[in-house]
Amino acid sequence: MFQRLPDADDAARRTGIRFTLDGLPAQGFAGDTVAAALLALGRDTCRQTAISGSPRGPYCMMGVCFDCLVVIDGVGNRQGCLVRLREGMVVETQAGKREVGR
Amino acid sequence: MVETYDVAVLGGGLVGTAIGLGLAGQGLRTAILDEGDVAHRASRGNFALVWVQSKGMGMPRYSSWTRESVRLWPDYAASLREESGIDVSLHQPGGFTLALSEGELERRAANMARLNAQPGFEHLDYEVWDRSQLRQVFPEIGPEVAGAIFCRLDGHVNSLRLFRAQHVVFARRGGAYLPNFQVQEISRLPGGGFRILSGERCIEAGQVVLAAGIGNARLAPMVGLDAPVRPLRGQALVTEKVAPFLSHPIVTLRQTDEGGVMMGDSQEEAGFDEATGLGILGAMADRAARMFPKLGQVNIVRTWSALRVMTKDGFPIYQHSEAAPGAFLTTCHSGVTLAAAHALAVAPMIAGEGLTDALDAFHPRRFHVPAAS
Repeated sequence: MFQRLPDADDAARRTGIRFTLDGLPAQGFAGDTVAAALLALGRDTCRQTAISGSPRGPYCMMGVCFDCLVVIDGVGNRQGCLVRLREGMVVETQAGKREVGR
Repeated sequence: MVETYDVAVLGGGLVGTAIGLGLAGQGLRTAILDEGDVAHRASRGNFALVWVQSKGMGMPRYSSWTRESVRLWPDYAASLREESGIDVSLHQPGGFTLALSEGELERRAANMARLNAQPGFEHLDYEVWDRSQLRQVFPEIGPEVAGAIFCRLDGHVNSLRLFRAQHVVFARRGGAYLPNFQVQEISRLPGGGFRILSGERCIEAGQVVLAAGIGNARLAPMVGLDAPVRPLRGQALVTEKVAPFLSHPIVTLRQTDEGGVMMGDSQEEAGFDEATGLGILGAMADRAARMFPKLGQVNIVRTWSALRVMTKDGFPIYQHSEAAPGAFLTTCHSGVTLAAAHALAVAPMIAGEGLTDALDAFHPRRFHVPAAS
C-alpha cells in the first residue's frame, strides 16, 4: 500500500538496516522508524487490540494514537513510530495485551 | 402542568441510581434528578472494590451491613446482567492487604484482632498469611513483602460498567432520568409531598430521597435532615492493559477485568480541589512496584482524583426526616460495595414502611454529643 518516494528509495544513498520481524529477516533503511519500516514492507497491521483482538496498524505516526504498538527487543507495547530502527533489532507483532515483565 | 412522581431521587451517581432502580422495581413512578456532568462525581473515580475486611472499627454495625451487601451482590449482578445485558464483572475470590515489612504485618494483624474484639461485632473470618503462603497465590511478590491479611468475602467489579448498568436498568424499569437538574429548593406541599425547583423547572413528588453525595450537605437542611459530609480526596493511577497476572484484588492494587492495573487508596483533606500530584501518585506507584517489582516496567496511562463523600466518623448516614416525613437521606463513601444493599434492602424500606431498626445505627444523631459532655 505504501511506497517509498523515488529519491528516498535510492538504496545506494541510504544504509540498509537488517532486523527480524516475527522471527524472519527483514530490511529497512537508516532513518526509518520501526513503524515506517513496517509500512514500507507492506505490513499495515502490527498488533491486535487488547480487548477485542481486532487488527491495528500505524496511523498517526507521531506518538499520539498508540495504534503502532509492537514488541521491540522483548519489551511489549512500544510505540513503533517513536523508535528508530536499529541493526539487529527484534520486532514482533503485539498480540493483544502486553505481559507484565515483557 | 407540573410533572409528578411517586418519588424523586436527588443524585444520579451510584447511590442514587441503585436506590432509583430499586424504587422503580417496587412499582413506584420514580425520577432521578441529576446535577449533570459538572457534578463532583465520585462514581466515575472510585476504586471498584466490593470490600469488607478493614471496615467497621468504631461501628460494628457497619461491618455487618457491608457483609449483607456483599452477600446480596451475586444476585444483584445477575439481575443487572439480565435486565441490562451488561456484565459488571463481579469477582469475589477473596482479597488481600499486603504488608511491606514484618512490623506492618503485625500492625495490620493487630488491627484485625481489635476490629473483631469490639463488643457486638459479628465475627469476621480472616487469615494472616506469611510470605511463603502468599507466594502460592502471588509468585511475583517483591522481597520486602512480609505477608498479608486475607478475607475471603472480598472482591471487586468493573464500577464504570456498574454505573452504566444501573442507569440502563433504571430506564428499563420505567424510571425518568432528568439530567442538568441542579436542585435549588425543596419545599413541602400542604397536602403532603414535595415540590423541587431548579431554575425554571419544577417537579412534584410524594417522597424525596437525597442521594447527592457531597451535595447532600446543602440539600439536607431543606427537609429537616442532617448531612455533615465533606470531600476527602483520593488519587488513583491505572496502567496500560496487561495480560492477567493478579488473581485477587489487593486493597491498594487491583487488575481490572480488561487488564489495566489500578493503584489507589490515598486520602487527603483538599476541599473541592480535584487535582492530582506526583507526590501521592509516586508514593502509591512505588508501593505497588515494591509489592510486584515487574509492575515497575509497565506504563501508567492515566491518573485522576475523585472526592469521597465522608462523614466525621467515616460511616454512612441513612435517615428518615421527622420534620418532613417522606424525605430520606442516604449517603456513604462505598457506593460500589453497598450498591446491592441500596437497591435490594434500602429501596424496599423507602417504598414500604420507612427505614427499619436495621439502619438505626446510621442515624446522624450519633454526631450530636450533648453540650454538657
